[in-house]
Amino acid sequence: MPAPEPRPALEALRAQVSRLEGQGRRRRGVLPFGMPEIDGRLPDGGLALGALHEVAGGGHDALNAAASGLFSAGIAARTRGKVLWIATRQDLYAPALQQVGLSARRTIYVAASSDVDVLACFEEALRHQGLGAVVAEVARLSMTASRRLQLAAETSGALGIAIRRWRRQTDAADFGQPTASVTRWRVSVLPSVPLPVPGVGRSRWLLELIRARAGECADFEVEACDAKGRLAPCRLALPAALADRPAQEAAGHRRARA
Amino acid sequence: MLSVDLAARRLGLRPGTPVAKAQALHPDLLIMDADPDGDRAGLERLSLWFQHRIAPIVAPDPPDGIVLDTTGANHLHGGEAAMLENMVTRLKESGITARAAIADTWGTAHALARYGRERITLVPPGETAAAIVDLPIEALRMPADIIEALHGLGVSRIGPLAGLPRAPLALRFGPDVARRLDQAFGRQAEAIVPVRLQAPVQVSRNFAEPISAAETIARYITKLVPPLCAGLEEREQGVRRLDLLLHRVDSRTEAVRVATAMPVRDVRRLTRLLCDRIETIDPGFGIERMVLTASLAEPILRRQGVSALIEEEEADVSDLIDTLANRVGMQALYRFAPVESDVPERAVCRVPALAPEEAKEWPDHWPRPTRLLPRPEPIQTMAVLPDHPPVFFVWRGIRRRIRCADGPERVFGEWWKGDAELTTVRDYFRVEDTSGETFWVYRTGDGEHGETGSQGWFLHGLFE
Repeated sequence: MPAPEPRPALEALRAQVSRLEGQGRRRRGVLPFGMPEIDGRLPDGGLALGALHEVAGGGHDALNAAASGLFSAGIAARTRGKVLWIATRQDLYAPALQQVGLSARRTIYVAASSDVDVLACFEEALRHQGLGAVVAEVARLSMTASRRLQLAAETSGALGIAIRRWRRQTDAADFGQPTASVTRWRVSVLPSVPLPVPGVGRSRWLLELIRARAGECADFEVEACDAKGRLAPCRLALPAALADRPAQEAAGHRRARA
Repeated sequence: MLSVDLAARRLGLRPGTPVAKAQALHPDLLIMDADPDGDRAGLERLSLWFQHRIAPIVAPDPPDGIVLDTTGANHLHGGEAAMLENMVTRLKESGITARAAIADTWGTAHALARYGRERITLVPPGETAAAIVDLPIEALRMPADIIEALHGLGVSRIGPLAGLPRAPLALRFGPDVARRLDQAFGRQAEAIVPVRLQAPVQVSRNFAEPISAAETIARYITKLVPPLCAGLEEREQGVRRLDLLLHRVDSRTEAVRVATAMPVRDVRRLTRLLCDRIETIDPGFGIERMVLTASLAEPILRRQGVSALIEEEEADVSDLIDTLANRVGMQALYRFAPVESDVPERAVCRVPALAPEEAKEWPDHWPRPTRLLPRPEPIQTMAVLPDHPPVFFVWRGIRRRIRCADGPERVFGEWWKGDAELTTVRDYFRVEDTSGETFWVYRTGDGEHGETGSQGWFLHGLFE
């Protein structure tokens, strides 16, 4: 993007808006993805630290939260300090998180009994100064709850990730409701990178940046997290086999989009 | 040999026999090393149990006894005879052969319990002298060299020893002989120093007017915690468990208990933990007394901070762990640690959140699924045997055609865990369907031999 020419009046307005939004208190820095096409779309060039981010899975992943979980683990792996992972349904498999760089030594799990408990623990953890990232799996996230979480994250500078994971596919429409999170992502799976030999290649995801405060929405096709939690741009064009997939099959696997 | 059991005694072995000699006589003799420290610790524990159950004044009487002052406690246990019987039976039930005696003095009871004829001896008040005159002088708790010297003089029983003139005895053996004799006959008092648990650090506050508002309770908590921490500091301890008892005017007691993962002596943190629980208190008509007790305290270990310039200090999260643990329970906070097992569900175990960090990691040669189902779910498939991945499968009512697959990764049963796993095999495949979703499926059995499993297919995890 070409650097915009300085306009004092606009700058003053921006400063006023950010003061109104309560952002000007402290600059927390960002966690870049290391991919210019994503970082360029995000304000300040990365995921804001000291802020709440929302991640949901597309299609069946809204229920399973496997791809969205791995995406969040990749982000958490690139922070410094301990990571707290709060969930009601504990089915994460720790060796998989190790494979995206999130060591089991850094990760503390909290098994909460209800969504209310998850949110309370989430807020408590976000207020703590010593954590790198806090990840929580919640189904419902109201405007009030997310506002509290966002304010808590601002006080400490920890990265808060709310994985939205619903029990029923119909509940996933909830993702359309507004919340106070700074960014919202939807992770949907794409067919993996084709290999010249039989086998499964590196996974690919369609990352949809549905909302970004002071930024614009965007879609990215990326290759899934590597051993250090980094994403990579898709190197190859989509294979021909996918492009002319039978229409009937595509209908059967259409992703639920809220 | 220090001690022998009943069977060995029947064989003619006695304490004091050299081990080599005993082994020469009975080659299959079972010999265990003496553990004096362990014995002493065991006696201490047993004393505490007696103190809890029988009488308040109890002390260990090393190396092999316990002494109790049962004065005033007999009637609680149905009289002296019933009490001794009860004690010996209870000990026998826990595998300890015991002998018991009750007498006017510690010395007499000690002698009769070890050298008396009966398993249980009762000496009526005033008949002490008659009871012990016939006992050997070893019963008098004197050093071994004095006993040996007395044997050299031809004195082997307490009665004749008591009859000897005092002055030459004291001149030759020092004051011990006369002192022990007097103690046994009750002419000289002997105090029992009871075992005592160290009293916990405790602070309390009485209120002239009962309090009930949450803010007031919080204010007094902030006033109680600093003196408690000062008391702990004197002992160089920190709390692991803190009890706040609130005595209400209607003489009921409300209790708040908080626990910490590591010893804590930080005023702010403890205040915070207690104040978090105020909402669980029902003050009723008011609280007139607050008692704060450190019911479990442990020494605080000081650690050296990071001093190198390049190293960054790891932030301490133990306070957060405590806060969360008091909300969701300590067992709900954990980390996963590697276990050396190829069976996926056995490769992880839960360890406490603040457990020391283990050096091991999971092997990284096969991809593992992000989500592992709590139980593998059966799926319907079509696959070419013996070692091809399925062509399609049906899971939770959805049919998925497989585009590409990796595998098989063969996992063998852990035969050392049980006979059932002697021959079992699982073949894991990582399969991707046409929409790009990746699953971890396995077949029980190798596809050829019936004894390796039922050849059924299961879905065990989700990659993405």
